[in-house]
Amino acid sequence: MNHLPPQIADWFAAKGWSPHPHQLDMMAGKDLPAQLLIAPTGGGKTLAGFLPTLAEMTEPHQGLHTLYISPLKALAADIRRNLQAPIDEIGLQIRVEDRTGDTSATKKKRQRADPPHILLTTPESLALLLSYEDAQHIFKGLQRVIVDEIHALAESKRGDQLFLGLSRLQTLCPNLRRVGLSATVDDPQAIAWLLAKNPDRCPILHADPGPKPFIQMLSTEAAPPWSGGGAKYAIEAVLEQVRAHKTTLIFHNTRAQAEIFFHNLWLLNHDSLPIGIHHGSLSREQRERVEAAMVNGDLRAIVCTGSLDLGIDWGDVDLVIQIGAPKNVKRLVQRIGRANHRYNAPSRAILVPANRFEVVECIAALDAVKDNDLDGDPRGPGPLDVLCQHILIRACSGPFRADDLYDEVKTCGAYIDLTREDFDRCLDFTATGGYALRAYDQWKRLVNRDGLWHLRDPRSAQRIRMNIGTIQDRDLLKVRLRGRGRPLGEVEESFAAGLSQGDTFLIGGQIVAYEGLREMTVEVSRNAAKKPKIAVFGGTKFATSAKLSHRILRMLQQKSWPDLPAHTAAWLRLQREVSQLPQPDRLLVETFPYEGNQHLCVYGFAGKNAQQTLGLLLTKRMEEAGLHPLGFVSTDYATLIWGLDPVRDPAPLFDPDTLKDGLDGWLAGNAVMKRTFRASATIAGLIERNLPAKRKTGRQATFSSDILYDTLQKYDPDHLMLDITHREAMKGLVDFNRIEEMLTRINGRIDHAKLERVSPLAAPMFLEIGKVPIRGSAEEALLDRYEDAALEEAGIT
Amino acid sequence: MNAVTLTLSGETLSARASGALHWPAQSVLCVSDLHLGRSERIAREGGHIIPPYENTDTLQRLDDEIQALEPAMVICLGDSFDDLAATKSLTEIEVAWITRLQAGREWIWVEGNHDPAPLNLGGTHRETLHLGPLTFRHIAQSETQGEISGHYHPKVTIPTPSRSVTRACFLYDETRLIMPAFGTYTGGMRVSQPPLSSMFSKNAQVVLTGKSARRFDLHR
Repeated sequence: MNHLPPQIADWFAAKGWSPHPHQLDMMAGKDLPAQLLIAPTGGGKTLAGFLPTLAEMTEPHQGLHTLYISPLKALAADIRRNLQAPIDEIGLQIRVEDRTGDTSATKKKRQRADPPHILLTTPESLALLLSYEDAQHIFKGLQRVIVDEIHALAESKRGDQLFLGLSRLQTLCPNLRRVGLSATVDDPQAIAWLLAKNPDRCPILHADPGPKPFIQMLSTEAAPPWSGGGAKYAIEAVLEQVRAHKTTLIFHNTRAQAEIFFHNLWLLNHDSLPIGIHHGSLSREQRERVEAAMVNGDLRAIVCTGSLDLGIDWGDVDLVIQIGAPKNVKRLVQRIGRANHRYNAPSRAILVPANRFEVVECIAALDAVKDNDLDGDPRGPGPLDVLCQHILIRACSGPFRADDLYDEVKTCGAYIDLTREDFDRCLDFTATGGYALRAYDQWKRLVNRDGLWHLRDPRSAQRIRMNIGTIQDRDLLKVRLRGRGRPLGEVEESFAAGLSQGDTFLIGGQIVAYEGLREMTVEVSRNAAKKPKIAVFGGTKFATSAKLSHRILRMLQQKSWPDLPAHTAAWLRLQREVSQLPQPDRLLVETFPYEGNQHLCVYGFAGKNAQQTLGLLLTKRMEEAGLHPLGFVSTDYATLIWGLDPVRDPAPLFDPDTLKDGLDGWLAGNAVMKRTFRASATIAGLIERNLPAKRKTGRQATFSSDILYDTLQKYDPDHLMLDITHREAMKGLVDFNRIEEMLTRINGRIDHAKLERVSPLAAPMFLEIGKVPIRGSAEEALLDRYEDAALEEAGIT
Repeated sequence: MNAVTLTLSGETLSARASGALHWPAQSVLCVSDLHLGRSERIAREGGHIIPPYENTDTLQRLDDEIQALEPAMVICLGDSFDDLAATKSLTEIEVAWITRLQAGREWIWVEGNHDPAPLNLGGTHRETLHLGPLTFRHIAQSETQGEISGHYHPKVTIPTPSRSVTRACFLYDETRLIMPAFGTYTGGMRVSQPPLSSMFSKNAQVVLTGKSARRFDLHR
């Protein structure tokens, strides 16, 4: 008895296939309130998710039956194509449609009036649907919801928003059954707990994980450099691999690195192999062109970043190349798992370290994959900024009772411990702003009439809808070719602000020259320059996982390194010679001058959060000591601090007794907090991203969120948004007590290496993104020195 | 450095770190673009409810400057209110505060593009104010001499070797001066951006505001 209706069983038979065991398991449990399937790509995961729907749809059904949610729009479109074939072949009368930000307004309107049987969408589009007053009608009859790539969603606030949305959906459709589809993860139970309605149980089904991937590190004649992230040295070897395979994906950790690599690759691509580029800063048109070319098999390789991770069907990819160290083993394995859809053949991948420290990281990562040592961080309780947005969305769809909404929200795993007090504060914030000074009572956003919360002005629903979502766009400016108006992509505003006319940079694989700024668009012209000024628009850079950094520290303790390439072993010996290698239970601190600034590098190997916390503590002490710190950056193994004056004796900086004095004020004024505030305030609806229509406001009319943050700090320090900011920021920091414990453990065993120049181990730190500026006394000192230099130039001193 | 001294049409002026301009000879204190009532306006227009503390903060900083300099005349150089309706949103405390600041001195509201018509507070309203060789108006005009205006909220980035520093600034040359915005909830326009970039001669200078007032050549 395999639960399959005869039409579907016949279809399998006609295809000469037999259903995978996990597909049958899914059928057997189809009436359970929730199921989670863990399966590698190519394991028929999607079909497993949809089989119960197809089976139930052999009987006629009125209205929406199944809602499918994936993190990416492109995936929804892909699934629609892939689902249509079995539906037609089995002969089912099922209408499948997708609905994303790209769907036309007419079609969206029609879908609301007459929903398809299967609707494929994204978390943001679902939130939008739930905000409509006719949500009840749209979802009438809904039986199942499938959340694809749930492991990716579960890591972010998009997931929190989705699960809140599911709690709403469950109230509208009490019989709704939930299915999650996930790649291999270290803690499936945590995902099941997020997926299921509390207190429903959620069985976890495992598919055969298939053969282990085959991963190597690229060995080249040329040694990788000490520092640098371009992997230019390896381009010939990479091209050779591209020639030897059908389709190769070449992953980079940042967009800037992808651009530079792509540029250099084409300089050496003498037989003009068709190779494209794909990353999140490129225009949609350009990305879609590359995706289409890849689906058609027109490309031999794509240079890309994480934006391609979930974007498209990887069917014909037979090699994945990772340039730069895989910072996170789990992500590496998932990435590689997506290549090669033949279920029984191992996927192939090559790691290309960009510098010698990354050789060490790559070897450690390969060991971790071999040991199946996947990493992951627990997510903690559901964030309140997302809850605030959810309350606004709920209000858009119609009046509600606070008690009902509170009960509903608590059915989400992530919000199971939400206190009524926190909920009420969020509600008050969305209604009145939640300020200690109750201003403008007449302009409340929500009002309570007869126990029901309403929008004060129903027209505000439009503005709330325009700002749905939790993805944080930085301030990005479109880049266009002057005259032709073709969008090339986007760069960060701060990058654009630093450009002068004639400056060249790389975007979309071509070198362009900056011409000017016109109405928030960067206008450029083509330029034949050989060497561009590098575009440092941000990208996804993964933190090295803590587990990986422990492996690295263990490797560094070895007397010699027979497993490492000779050049890298020599490099580590050099570090031992000119400085030292870090040891457990001692703390290595290097100081050296570099490019006009004084640097201090602390090798704590304590994980990124702890190193970040250490950066905050040390810069505070340096500020007090008048050393004018300018900023710091942290990785999982070290913190690099730069400033105007040298640290001559680091030991007193680490004195546990004074480390925390005045810390609250220092932390509150820090850039980490301001960044976090901006993100949370946008999600919670304090700051609007999108305004209706094009309101003609001059640039000078908008002001930075830092001003709001500073004002709240000064006049309303107990405000909910500051509380949320603090909670969110602490997720990226560790409890300060843990740093004190670490210092107590080290007990003054601080090794100070006073160097003349950057050490081998410190060199890669200069590549890290996520630098935290310190806005203390250093800025004034900088201006002083700049003034003095100007006077000197003028011959006045 | 609390202030930088500069000369315009033969008059000695003091550009202060606070963003206010002091004219000692005439005992005039000038501030521009206070944008009082901005949070109220945003809330009224159905937007978000941002922290309603900008009036307190702006008035407190203005109060500090008035106490320090005891000017005989205060000129608010336009866009003192985010819009006309915002004048009515002032609390009783804020109205009393402004009245107290006005006591014993002349108070001029120059009209701005956000608050063109007269408002219901004490003080005199002017579209333009001529005082000696200087002219005070909200938006700079093309042909002018000795003009002091606001509106653009200029800000400048100083590219020091270690890190660039961006601050709101006074921007001036031989013919005119543009004031930074004094209001708490205000942003800025880069001096390198049109139309600011084309309004000044090659001798233009900026005075940074913030922790200290400092002068730099614009085209160094």
